[in-house]
Amino acid sequence: MAEKTVDIATPILSRNERLADELRRRFAETGTYVINVLSSPGSGKTSTILATNERLRAAGLTCAVIEGDIASDVDAQACKEAGMPSIQINTGGLCHLEGNMIREAVDALDAGVGMDKIDVIFIENVGNLVCPVDFDLGENLSAMILSVPEGDDKPVKYPGIFQHAGVNLLNKVDVAPAFDFDLDAYTATLDNLNPEAPRFQVSATKGTGMDAWCSWLLEQISAARA
Amino acid sequence: MHEVGLVDGVLKCAIETARQAGASRIISVRLRVGDMREVVRESLDFAWEAMREDDPLTAEAELVVEEVHPRSVCLACGAEFDHDRWHLRCPVCGSGETSAIRGRELDIVNMEIETPD
Repeated sequence: MAEKTVDIATPILSRNERLADELRRRFAETGTYVINVLSSPGSGKTSTILATNERLRAAGLTCAVIEGDIASDVDAQACKEAGMPSIQINTGGLCHLEGNMIREAVDALDAGVGMDKIDVIFIENVGNLVCPVDFDLGENLSAMILSVPEGDDKPVKYPGIFQHAGVNLLNKVDVAPAFDFDLDAYTATLDNLNPEAPRFQVSATKGTGMDAWCSWLLEQISAARA
Repeated sequence: MHEVGLVDGVLKCAIETARQAGASRIISVRLRVGDMREVVRESLDFAWEAMREDDPLTAEAELVVEEVHPRSVCLACGAEFDHDRWHLRCPVCGSGETSAIRGRELDIVNMEIETPD
């Protein structure tokens, strides 16, 4: 009998990280800009995607969507009706999307529409403020959406996802008067937590702030594809 | 997070490495987990206790977790500073342009094995 130490030195999520790198190369080849949309359930991910799609389409871009949900294809249907190529992923019970799921969805988009014809893909992640953070999907941008009714304390309670975000959107600002949302507290938390990521206040359904968010996004897309 | 999935990945990697090394059993597996990760230690231990029994190689293996506290460097003034999960601004010059030095680890470091020879 002998005891010894064996070095491993491997990231636990190395398989997902390899898949993410593979996806990143694939997106770069076709010049497709990919946005990982994160939020809790009901904060308006689908509405924000639809409203953003309208503005990007007006700018001449073709957008597709990959929908991640525990069950159902409600969101994918809504996006299809808006004319977007849509792929639904049902995760069963899994609380986040992983690289292998995105690879299959991208294969399906490629077979159906052709990746070279898709300028932007929105990946609507499973509504969850914890698990999606650690799973790289090869995206260019992580867009975090908080909605006013959820409360200004969410970034304090779930710092990881707000810190991870490349942009923080505050949605449903049109209903702010009905809620006790402390905008100063929200701003102060993010100033320390993620000072570099831009912030936009929007109402996806009413259109408030959507032009500002979309012009910033268009600049990011142009820069990434240049 | 999804500690069951993490533990599953750790066990698979450990068992494969142990087989290649000709181990008769795994004594312990050491992970390094940064505080900036969404990992709950209690859930990790719970998943480990439940899942290690699935393979004789890991049935008695201990899980050792090194916790790594976050540290960043300011890209504006170069100061290095420790921080918590909520305050990432440079405490020296106030810049928000910082880069993580550590605190985001999620690695299998090594393991102790027993071999027949």
